[in-house]
Amino acid sequence: MTVLILLFLPLVAALAVLLFKNETAKHAALLFSVIELGLAVFFITKFVPNASTQFAVDYPWIPKLGIYFTAGIDGISMVMVLLNTLLVPIIILASYNHNHKNANAFYALILFMQSAMLVVFTALDGFLFYVSWEAALLPIYFICALWGGENRIKITIKFFIYTFAGSLFMLLGIIYLHLQTPARTYDIQDFYGLTLSLKQQSWVFWAFFLAFAIKMPVFPFHTWQPDTYTEAPTAGTMLLSGIMLKMGVYGAIRWMIPVVPLGFDHWQYVVITLAVIGIVYASLIAFNQKDGKRLIAYSSIAHVGLIAAGVFAWTMSGVQGAMIQMLNHGINVVGMFFIMDIISRRLKTRDLNEMGGIAKVAPQFAIAFLIIVLGTVALPLTNGFIGEFLLLNSMYEYNIWLAASAGLTIILGAVYMLRMYKKVMQGETNALTLLFTDITGTEKLVLGIICVLIVFLGVFPNIVMHLSDASVKELVQSVNDKILRAGKY
Amino acid sequence: MNNYLWLIPLLPLAGFIINGLGRNALPKNLIGAIGSLVILVAFGLSVEAFLQVQSTGHPIEVNIFTWIKVGNFTVPFAFLVDQLSAIMLLIITGVGFLIHLYSIGYMHDDAGFGKFFAYLNLFVFFMLLLVMGSNYVVMFIGWEGVGLCSYLLIGFWFTNADYADAAKKAFVMNRIGDLGFLIAIFLMIHYFDSVSFNEVFAKVPGLHGAKVTHVLTLITMLLFVGATGKSAQIPLFTWLPDAMAGPTPVSALIHAATMVTAGIYMIARSHVMFDLAPFTTNIVAIIGLATAVFAALIALTQTDIKKVLAYSTVSQLGYMFLGLGVGAYTGSFFHVITHAFFKALLFLGAGSVIHAVSGEQDMRKMGGLYKKLPITFWTMLMGTIAISGIPPFSGFFSKDEILAHTYQYSPIMYYIGVITAMFTSFYMFRMLFLTFFGKFRGTHEQEHHLHESPATITIPLIVLAILSVFGGALNIPAILGGHEWLAHWLTPLFGEAKEGGHEGGIPEMGLMAISVGAAVIALVYAYIKYISKADIPVADTEERPLLTALSYHKFYIDELYDTIIRKPLDAISVFFYKVVDKMGIDGLVNGLGSGTVESSKGLRLLQTGNVGFYIFMMVIGIIAVLVYSLKF
Amino acid sequence: MANITETIQTVPLNHYILLSAIIFSIGVIGVLIRRNAIVVFMSVELMLNAVNLLLTAFSVYKGDASGQVFVFFVMALAAAEVAVGLAIIVMIYRNTHSTDINVLSRLKW
Repeated sequence: MTVLILLFLPLVAALAVLLFKNETAKHAALLFSVIELGLAVFFITKFVPNASTQFAVDYPWIPKLGIYFTAGIDGISMVMVLLNTLLVPIIILASYNHNHKNANAFYALILFMQSAMLVVFTALDGFLFYVSWEAALLPIYFICALWGGENRIKITIKFFIYTFAGSLFMLLGIIYLHLQTPARTYDIQDFYGLTLSLKQQSWVFWAFFLAFAIKMPVFPFHTWQPDTYTEAPTAGTMLLSGIMLKMGVYGAIRWMIPVVPLGFDHWQYVVITLAVIGIVYASLIAFNQKDGKRLIAYSSIAHVGLIAAGVFAWTMSGVQGAMIQMLNHGINVVGMFFIMDIISRRLKTRDLNEMGGIAKVAPQFAIAFLIIVLGTVALPLTNGFIGEFLLLNSMYEYNIWLAASAGLTIILGAVYMLRMYKKVMQGETNALTLLFTDITGTEKLVLGIICVLIVFLGVFPNIVMHLSDASVKELVQSVNDKILRAGKY
Repeated sequence: MNNYLWLIPLLPLAGFIINGLGRNALPKNLIGAIGSLVILVAFGLSVEAFLQVQSTGHPIEVNIFTWIKVGNFTVPFAFLVDQLSAIMLLIITGVGFLIHLYSIGYMHDDAGFGKFFAYLNLFVFFMLLLVMGSNYVVMFIGWEGVGLCSYLLIGFWFTNADYADAAKKAFVMNRIGDLGFLIAIFLMIHYFDSVSFNEVFAKVPGLHGAKVTHVLTLITMLLFVGATGKSAQIPLFTWLPDAMAGPTPVSALIHAATMVTAGIYMIARSHVMFDLAPFTTNIVAIIGLATAVFAALIALTQTDIKKVLAYSTVSQLGYMFLGLGVGAYTGSFFHVITHAFFKALLFLGAGSVIHAVSGEQDMRKMGGLYKKLPITFWTMLMGTIAISGIPPFSGFFSKDEILAHTYQYSPIMYYIGVITAMFTSFYMFRMLFLTFFGKFRGTHEQEHHLHESPATITIPLIVLAILSVFGGALNIPAILGGHEWLAHWLTPLFGEAKEGGHEGGIPEMGLMAISVGAAVIALVYAYIKYISKADIPVADTEERPLLTALSYHKFYIDELYDTIIRKPLDAISVFFYKVVDKMGIDGLVNGLGSGTVESSKGLRLLQTGNVGFYIFMMVIGIIAVLVYSLKF
Repeated sequence: MANITETIQTVPLNHYILLSAIIFSIGVIGVLIRRNAIVVFMSVELMLNAVNLLLTAFSVYKGDASGQVFVFFVMALAAAEVAVGLAIIVMIYRNTHSTDINVLSRLKW
């Protein structure tokens, strides 16, 4: 059983979907993505939760240049694969109510992107990692540029150039590392085995950090994000916020910190501080946003800032918290954007100040919205809590004042989320919202799935956490050992 | 025997799910019956648990499943029922059941009947988790969960934007406290490697050196921050009066009897740490006393019947914290119990009054109701006497125990406490007199509709009145010939109660006489002012004397918070968005882009199209290269 | 052959270099300052021939024939260039009725 079938099924599916007519393409895409999810679940059942890499493949690609197609799944990748395969069907289902032009191309691009991101999450070869990293950018560029809002071209070009510029730095870093390896390979184990000086490590660290920080995004590299989230079509926003930004976090866990532990250790305080500033800064900005989508975009910056801070704290609870929170943030943020999509499709506006009293006319919608809000503000027994608890704990282990500042997110998050909920759902209904109809059909299904996941993962987080526990432990341990050993000399 | 314990919280949860799903489909009577019965059964099971603890003398611990596991650190989803939580269980399910019963009558005509019962059941579920959790994280689940239910129930009539704001305010203020609680948990994880009560308390004596005081002070201060949020103490108390926007049964259950006492429960639970942190207990006592006085001052002039009770609750909670601060754990906990009885009774009674006068809450428009509402009047009278601390009603015993310990701690604090008790007695009788005596001051239509409430409302009132009268029997001090049952019951947790009042100064009997005398004086003054002179508070449009106005406007605390916290934050938010983000950071990013474009605009002018110019440049270039290679 | 070689060698190498540098410079200046496309072309030829002269001279002095081979290549190239170049100039003249290179400045921003 190799991982290849998991990685390339969506790619084949993408080509197949192109053959369908526009009306039936979405059904085909949904079917394929559900099969892919089933496949991922099958892999999870076969997966032995220890630190080893499983289902590995290793084919020569351009062996003369030391490039191999090496991929495999360990605990960390397993969670990412789950995140990816779980969200894509939900995202496809969530865009069922949009009648996109050239729908077959639209869904084919989504599936293509899924494939590329799966390779990112499983690649064990630096070159393969970089290629798939860029390959994932192409489909989202077209999704945003072709099906986006009014300002889509300008915004999408900015997004593309910004992230692309960042990843070029990563390419530099990868090539530099490649040149340092004794056997001239891109293999991740060879990268891990390198012993570079602090100066070399610092340069590589910043090269990688730029790429990952822009992708996540970490303050102050975030300004592409609110615009892009606002202008992209809902499915694009969900792909970006739900899955793609996790590529940055994953990259930091797998490709940055273990490769350059000393460089990381040296600059840790800077990046952690940036992440924490981002939390408070984005939360504060979210206070007064009128556009619902933009508000969620800023809240997403805050939440990802916390994930990043936990990763940079590099403790067991920080990285494990980041793992579970990546999954949960994906679910919650997709739910949030879907809620906004439902609202803006019905009311033809996203201005929160024009709304009010929707809870009265659409009680089922109100319940789903509330559950997602609660998941987002990390109420215990919803999925958001576990992650925030572990992440904040790791922040505390690093520094109590940073923990207190990062902890403001639980207060500020409650403020802006409940403010939004109040503006949209509570108060008197007005002429605009009076005609709001309650959710039906696929909307009910999507929100139902999301709400069930929110509660289920809040009560039984271990189902996911035990997958990555051993891998994270070993990774954290090995990096800390390297730092300790270096400190002795 | 142990395996029924998980049923206690599960039953209300089941009630929540059934009522939540069937809120529109099921008939109202069935919803009410399900909602109340699950609580009644839970009450039965709680009695069972109580009896078991009593017979064995050992706490019951049940591990349900492993909730969070990261490396070697685990948080089990586990329950612990000991002497402390057993009593809390009885209060929550017992008083909770009565309030559910009451709600069947009270909420009968509300469109959201099913939703109401679902929320109420959910609240009981979370409250039970809070007191049954065997570690701080499970406690935190309940802690935040009750906050959520409080949010949902305060904003129950969410179409009113003010009510929705009140709900939001309650949630956010609670969250501020919760952050303190959460960081305290992190500290415990760091220093004790565990969050379970037993392990943490076992490891507390193991800390050594100068760190002990430092660490424990920090932990206890943070826990106390959590408690100030949940239990509405200075500076986080302003949400509780606003929380009266919720339906009255909610005010009785959540904002009087159970949730707001969670802070006291938490500190009593953690007393091992508080005992070793004298700095914190000092702060607790001071904040408690300050809150008690401050809230009582505000309550003196309020005209909304529920607002009076709300500030009275804040004030009584202050008493409980005072008790905790001076080391009277039993006394505080005793006051939690008696307060649950009489304050629930008073709120439910107020609800009955509001029900009778068609939703009016302003006492200036009531009066003379005792003839029309005899049961409500008599039960509320019991409650009022109990809260005023007049023997032999329950409030006297609990309040007196706290005051006696306070006297040992600091006589000045004792006297301030007595003055507060005087205020309490005054504003409570003021409320009673304004509501039930004199002439009816409402409209004719309201007068026409005046009626005693139905049995589902009056039965809980009567039961609670009986409890308010005799609840003091739980812990009659030895000096009055009692057995101090509660103190003995809690001995395994708090150790032998300190003997109070025998070390010189005024003897215990004297202290009792002082506080009772103060309460009676206030009663008489209220009688003269509001019955003999029939002095009705002035309308909002008229001028008030300065002090009265300050008290009536709650010392402008809300406005103060608005000016120094909310508005600056909003301004910062706009500043960050428009200036820092849009112009600053994004300006820089866009500047990079437009800088490239602009410089290319300039450079492309070199491309003149004139071939001669190109060749000229080429020649210059070649010469430059030649010169360069000659030179170097 | 030896005769020719000797004849050529009667003039010192420096003179050849000087001469071809002068001719080359004349060519460069011609290209730079003349506006008529044909004259520019002729100036280019002048530069090529200056190089040819130099190549030949060095070839003789060093006794290495490859320099002269090079000259043949340059001549062939020059011929091809003139063929294509003149054709272009003819086409330009047909379109613009001018061979002034400054008129042709449309290939810019």
